[in-house]
Amino acid sequence: MSVSVPADGGAPNSGTAVVRVHVPARSLRSELRAIKVVWRRELIRFRADRLRIVTSLVQPLLFLFVLGSGLQQLSSASTHGVDLKTFIYPGILCISVMFTAMFSAASIVWDREFGFMREMMVAPIRRSSIVVGKCLGGATVASSQGLILLALAWAVHVPYSVTLVLGVFALQLLLAFSITAFGVMVAARIKQIQSFMGVMQLVIMPMFFISGALFPVTNLPGWLAVLNRLDPLTYAVAPMRTLVFDHLGLSKAAEAALNPGITWFGWTVPTALEIFVIFALGMTMLGIAIWEFSAGE
Amino acid sequence: MPAAISVNSLRKSFGDFEAVRGVSFEVKTGEVFGFLGPNGAGKTTTINMLCTLSKPSGGSAEVAGFDVATARDDVRRHIGLVFQDQTLDGYLTAAQNLELHAELYGVERRLVEPRMRQVMEMVGLWERRDSQVMTFSGGMRRRLEIARGLMHSPRVLFLDEPTIGLDPQTRASIWGYIRELQRQEEITIFMTTHYMDEAEFCGRIAIMDHGEIVVLDTPTALKEGVGADRVRITTADDEAAIRELAERFDLEAGISEEAVSFYVPEGEAFVPRLFAELGVPIRSVNLSRPTLDDVFMSHTGSTIRDAEEDGRKNNNRVAAQMLSGARR
Repeated sequence: MSVSVPADGGAPNSGTAVVRVHVPARSLRSELRAIKVVWRRELIRFRADRLRIVTSLVQPLLFLFVLGSGLQQLSSASTHGVDLKTFIYPGILCISVMFTAMFSAASIVWDREFGFMREMMVAPIRRSSIVVGKCLGGATVASSQGLILLALAWAVHVPYSVTLVLGVFALQLLLAFSITAFGVMVAARIKQIQSFMGVMQLVIMPMFFISGALFPVTNLPGWLAVLNRLDPLTYAVAPMRTLVFDHLGLSKAAEAALNPGITWFGWTVPTALEIFVIFALGMTMLGIAIWEFSAGE
Repeated sequence: MPAAISVNSLRKSFGDFEAVRGVSFEVKTGEVFGFLGPNGAGKTTTINMLCTLSKPSGGSAEVAGFDVATARDDVRRHIGLVFQDQTLDGYLTAAQNLELHAELYGVERRLVEPRMRQVMEMVGLWERRDSQVMTFSGGMRRRLEIARGLMHSPRVLFLDEPTIGLDPQTRASIWGYIRELQRQEEITIFMTTHYMDEAEFCGRIAIMDHGEIVVLDTPTALKEGVGADRVRITTADDEAAIRELAERFDLEAGISEEAVSFYVPEGEAFVPRLFAELGVPIRSVNLSRPTLDDVFMSHTGSTIRDAEEDGRKNNNRVAAQMLSGARR
């Protein structure tokens, strides 16, 4: 075997001086840089994958327009003149970010299967920086996807306003962050993309159906009421619905029937506490995810 | 000059299985050091410990002056890694992969571009920097991984089977880069391989088998150390030939790669005697000066290919166990 650099190998630039770089000791600044680059990678990948942008919109749109229009005929009597599409719209804003955030979390399993995880794991940075960057990336990607659905507000008779757009975006960001953290936490334990997707389907779909995204949460049968209060997504759908309904100028009767608010043993949970529940759950799961990734060798 | 790597009775066990059974060696700064052995000999396990990817079960090791167990981050800042399996992001372009690496390692921003150009020109991929990595061939990916491993000017570059599965031309060019690196950047290179012909390019090699270093020296010294020529014969009755060799010539012969083979000093003088005195008809004779294969054979009792065969059977068994475990 002859050792020679082939023509396409480019002549080694023996003439030029070697550019030497230096890797600094770990610091807060280097961790922030690492978080930022992991976050940026999520965005680059999302932009490169246009098909994913389209496919993850299909399901929310089906629920909103097909289910919404179809069931309208059955339910018009009890919605006090409110279009069913308008009613389920806040729920749809929530699930659209859920699906996308899940895909972002799935990429951590993917990265491990295809080796890229190792490149990040051997860098002189904390594992927590990788996890935080990943969750922020998932949150950003999912809430930008949510903006597409927000743009459809006119189609379901919801007027635009600055507070609506900012409020919905902020809520979506928070929800997406928490869901990504949940996904990353699960991803730490599951080594194969197929099983991860299976587990996620198993968790996400029931969470969505039980949350009250498609029905008001009053007068439910006892078992469903209990499940509903235990479902974390309930606490994202309720403030989202309050936010949207505040812009509609509904009658008292319609408001009471369609957005009764969540109660714990008869006590109505304030919106701020609902939002805090999502935040606290997200942070807890982020903590567990960081712990899981740091514990591995 | 201090040693780039110094290893002291390093061990690693997985449950009952001892993958590395106490290895000790030193690698000098600027040296190209090769780890040679069949698959499953413990090379990758050793490299993983040196790269801080797995914790030693016992013993100690220092890389670039830092302890792999207690100063993991310092070790990581000073080493570059090229893994056996590829670890690039196929969705990103070549340049994006390298930028990402530079960011993760905190390389000074103004130096990222010139350094990237330097390492990419070295492996001949500068022109392709804006192509997505998923469009690259296996050889291009490996070259890009080497470039990436060098992005942060590591003091020690670890290459785990850098040429496995590559065509001879790419293998040759990768060796070209390794030589160039050694000359330009005074970098220490620690590599594993199971290609005997490649081990010849290393300054020193350690032969590893069953988790232990069986011998460590320069390729030349190792070959001289065999001190005998290898004779391989095919006969009408190999079993009888082995018996005859033992009885008449007091030689220990074995069957490897479908031929009876044994070592004798001064092989040329021995061959005529062999024809005259061996009672079994000989079909062919092959006489060769010692190669690294013979070094391996003389220290481990089998050729590297035979050892691989055994190893593969073992691996299959392990894989089968893992599969059945996963199903449960």
